[in-house]
Amino acid sequence: MSLIAFKKILVGFAFSPNLKANVFESLRMAHFFGGELIFVHAGSKTPEKETRFKEIVASSPVQSEKIMIEWRVGSPVNTLLQASQEFDVDLILLGALKRENVLKFYLGSIARKITRKAKCSVLLLINPSVERRPCQHIVVNGFDSPQTKDTIRASFMVAKALGSKKISLVEEISRSKVAVAVDDDRSLRRATLKKEKLRRQEHTRVKDVVKKLPAELTSDINWITQSIFGRRGYSIGHYAKVVRADLLVMNAQENLSFVDRLITRDIEHILAELPTDVLIINSKGDD
Amino acid sequence: MIKAAPFKKFLGGLPKNVFSGFVVSLIALPLGLGLAIASEAPPIAGIIAAIAGGIVVSVLGGSHLTITGPGNGLVIVVLSSIVGMGGGDLYQGYLYTLAAIMLSGLLLFIFGVFRLGALSEFFPTTALQGMLAAIGVGILAKQFHVMLGFTEVKGNTIDQLILIPSSIKNLLSNPSSDIILASAIGILSLIFLFLYARIRNSIFQLIPAPMWVVIASIGVMYYYDLILKTPEVLGTNLMITLPDNLLASLPSPDFGKILDSDFMGYTLSITLVAVIESLLSIKAVDKLDPLKRRSNINKDLRALGIATGISGFFGGLNVVTVIARSSVNVNNGGNNRSANFFHAAFLVVFILLFAKQIQKIPMPALAAILVYTGYRLATPENLFRIYKVGKEQAIIFLTTLIATLMTSLTTGILLGILATLLVHIVLNKSGVLFSRNWLKPNVLMYLEEETGNYYVSVKNFCSFLNFFKLKAKLDEIPPNAHAIVDFSLCEFVDHTVMEGLNDYSRSFSRQNGFFEIIGLDVHEAKTEHPFAIRKSLPESSFLNFQISLTKRQKLLQKLSTILDWNYLPDPISNYDDLERFFYFKTKWINYRYNNLESKNKEFLLFDLSYSEGAFIAKEDLRSTFLQIKTPNKMPIFTLDKENFMTNIFQLSGLQDIDFKKHPDFSRRFYLRGEDIKAIRSFFTDELIYFFESHPTYYLESNGDSLLIRSKERLASIQEIKQMLAFAEELLKILENK
Repeated sequence: MSLIAFKKILVGFAFSPNLKANVFESLRMAHFFGGELIFVHAGSKTPEKETRFKEIVASSPVQSEKIMIEWRVGSPVNTLLQASQEFDVDLILLGALKRENVLKFYLGSIARKITRKAKCSVLLLINPSVERRPCQHIVVNGFDSPQTKDTIRASFMVAKALGSKKISLVEEISRSKVAVAVDDDRSLRRATLKKEKLRRQEHTRVKDVVKKLPAELTSDINWITQSIFGRRGYSIGHYAKVVRADLLVMNAQENLSFVDRLITRDIEHILAELPTDVLIINSKGDD
Repeated sequence: MIKAAPFKKFLGGLPKNVFSGFVVSLIALPLGLGLAIASEAPPIAGIIAAIAGGIVVSVLGGSHLTITGPGNGLVIVVLSSIVGMGGGDLYQGYLYTLAAIMLSGLLLFIFGVFRLGALSEFFPTTALQGMLAAIGVGILAKQFHVMLGFTEVKGNTIDQLILIPSSIKNLLSNPSSDIILASAIGILSLIFLFLYARIRNSIFQLIPAPMWVVIASIGVMYYYDLILKTPEVLGTNLMITLPDNLLASLPSPDFGKILDSDFMGYTLSITLVAVIESLLSIKAVDKLDPLKRRSNINKDLRALGIATGISGFFGGLNVVTVIARSSVNVNNGGNNRSANFFHAAFLVVFILLFAKQIQKIPMPALAAILVYTGYRLATPENLFRIYKVGKEQAIIFLTTLIATLMTSLTTGILLGILATLLVHIVLNKSGVLFSRNWLKPNVLMYLEEETGNYYVSVKNFCSFLNFFKLKAKLDEIPPNAHAIVDFSLCEFVDHTVMEGLNDYSRSFSRQNGFFEIIGLDVHEAKTEHPFAIRKSLPESSFLNFQISLTKRQKLLQKLSTILDWNYLPDPISNYDDLERFFYFKTKWINYRYNNLESKNKEFLLFDLSYSEGAFIAKEDLRSTFLQIKTPNKMPIFTLDKENFMTNIFQLSGLQDIDFKKHPDFSRRFYLRGEDIKAIRSFFTDELIYFFESHPTYYLESNGDSLLIRSKERLASIQEIKQMLAFAEELLKILENK
């Protein structure tokens, strides 16, 4: 199992009204994870821009030891992706707009493209703010996949770093696994029994994963499991919204083909409508 | 061995189902003949459909209490198909239509195989109501003339509506004797049908109203035949003709037009209406099932498809599930599919034995039944009810109604859907909410690990466009569980959804589950109706209606101050515990009002609006009830006056508990319950003497509270006082036990 740590954090920035909030949030994250921060701007470097940016950084109550500021010319997507590989970063921070159009989804916004192509973990912040909002409740996907172990581990680590007290591990179970169509009372009973069995199986599996984690990660964190029968990727987002989670931690998606993008699935549901801050764990880059 | 028990139960319930099937066949016969005539098909076509439906669906179907046969919704489409494809030759049109019916049977079957029953969810409730009303107007407009004895009035629905005054004028200005007789039969039959529900006599009510009409009019015909010696007093065009030899005269469906576009159009609209009518009826009948079973809709559709194919092959109409006949079945104690079978069997017997008498039925009598049916479908009450839900619903209703009348049924319903969508867009001031989120999943359902409750959250919007997604999730929740539906993330909820959720709420409370809707507090409705559209943006405050009290209500208020009780005249729809009383098992509770409650909450007196049966067999009732909480646990029992009906029920298996020591009590009261031993020990000499010496009420215990009803009508203040005194004395006896 590879260890996930966010030692190098890359932040793309543009001079938008959100800049101050984005910078403050990034500094805070770097502080929590104890990592170094690389700010990348896709655009020409001018003295005004530089002083303005530095002023903002200086005004933050939280400061970081290691800050790098990179000015590069090129398309935002490529610049950021290149920089992320060049510096071998562990995490990319992206500020997201809360709502994007259906049309934009097909064209692909900058953030979405980076998220899809990034080789490292990505943190999407829906609501960067100047003031600190505590992260109390983390929702993590727990479905059966080789990546899930790393994701669960990472979420406990993040919870420790951010001081979260509660983690909900959500197992999304595809409706097709139940394989009983509910038509009448008898089929309803059968389906309910089948679901109960699946639910218990999933619980045991997820609990085993958590129990194998080092005790110092899991101690004083209240964790629960919750299984949901529904569309994978969609249900967890809706769930995170319902329980008012502060962070949603998910697996990165393997091999996204064109077809995958056409029939909205898994992570695309989340990207289409971010329920909360989302951390996408990509463990491959850390080997 | 495991199978033996259900089989024994089936055999035990057989007498009940034979009886119920018999009563249903009494209403199915006139309706079958009438609906066929209204569709310009030979009268026997309706009976064939009922027989094919009864036999096939009772064997292969997936519902429990439904009765199948020719449906009133189909009259208009089949009629336009016969007239349209016949091009002047009605019989040829009928043969083409038989082919269309067979094909629609196949389509129905395919619908069932691919589990497309859920497709019917795409129709907004109000648009469906509008369509049904249009069908009602269509039937009424055509049959009104026949009822008056004029069979020659032609034209589309609107022409025929316009011609109604001239038919009446014709009748008044130029009365020939046979027209007078015909119209007298028709009008008297119609008046009788309207008054029938008012007559609360159990023996009289045993025979359904349409059958009374038929029997009486056959009687009149025989009177003219045998006593006045004037056979054929009404022309042959006003009498029913049945083929002399049923098997020899079977028509053969003509598939000659199968490639024509209008043939396919008719087939599609026949199928569409058949699916809609069947599914609406199945859903409605499930709500009346005392055993609270859930029908397998897709299995039923497959069976209906096969039955329709067979019926069409033998010259019959479409087979659909019909609500009025099904509700008669429920009310007469049918409890499984065999009642449907027996209804068909009795129809076969009628046709074979009474063919001659059936041909004595004058058309105006059948037309009166159809006019009544049409009126019940299109009753102005529906429009008022819908208007109460919201003005916009009335617009949708009228749009669909008028569009259906002006064009065709399929165009009408499509325009209705369009109107609904438009209204929703106008209400939200934009369509983005719908266009952006229509195809996205919007429902989350999970079993909360801590509480064991099912939690359902709905996002974005929930209307007829995507209600099927919510339904699919709700259907997976066992109805004896606790379900919470949360709309706080949902910006818009429409009438179709609110009404659909109300159905769920009912079925949950019937099975001792809980169904809660939360998160609608932030939404605003335009009216106070529980099914009104909800929208999360605040708009305008609703009007406050100040209702003035009636005289009876003022007296009730006075009574409440004397007793120092609380009085609330407003209707409330919270009646959860009432549905657990046996009395309401096959009845439909609307709301209770004039609530009078004692301070310690032990006594609750209220007027209740409820109904029995459905559609043309529906009877709306209002009665005063008294519900008291008893200090001690009691066995579950019901105590009723013994009469003719209870005797019949005893024949079909419900047992009366008699006491040898108390012949007077045993003779006068009909006592029943499961735990006979406990009931016997509960009815002490003192209690029996109490019942013998006091006025008789309908009394029922559900274990910890008693329900008392005096008559099947509202009680006067005097009667209420008597009821209260009765209850107080009874409570004293129970306290001393």
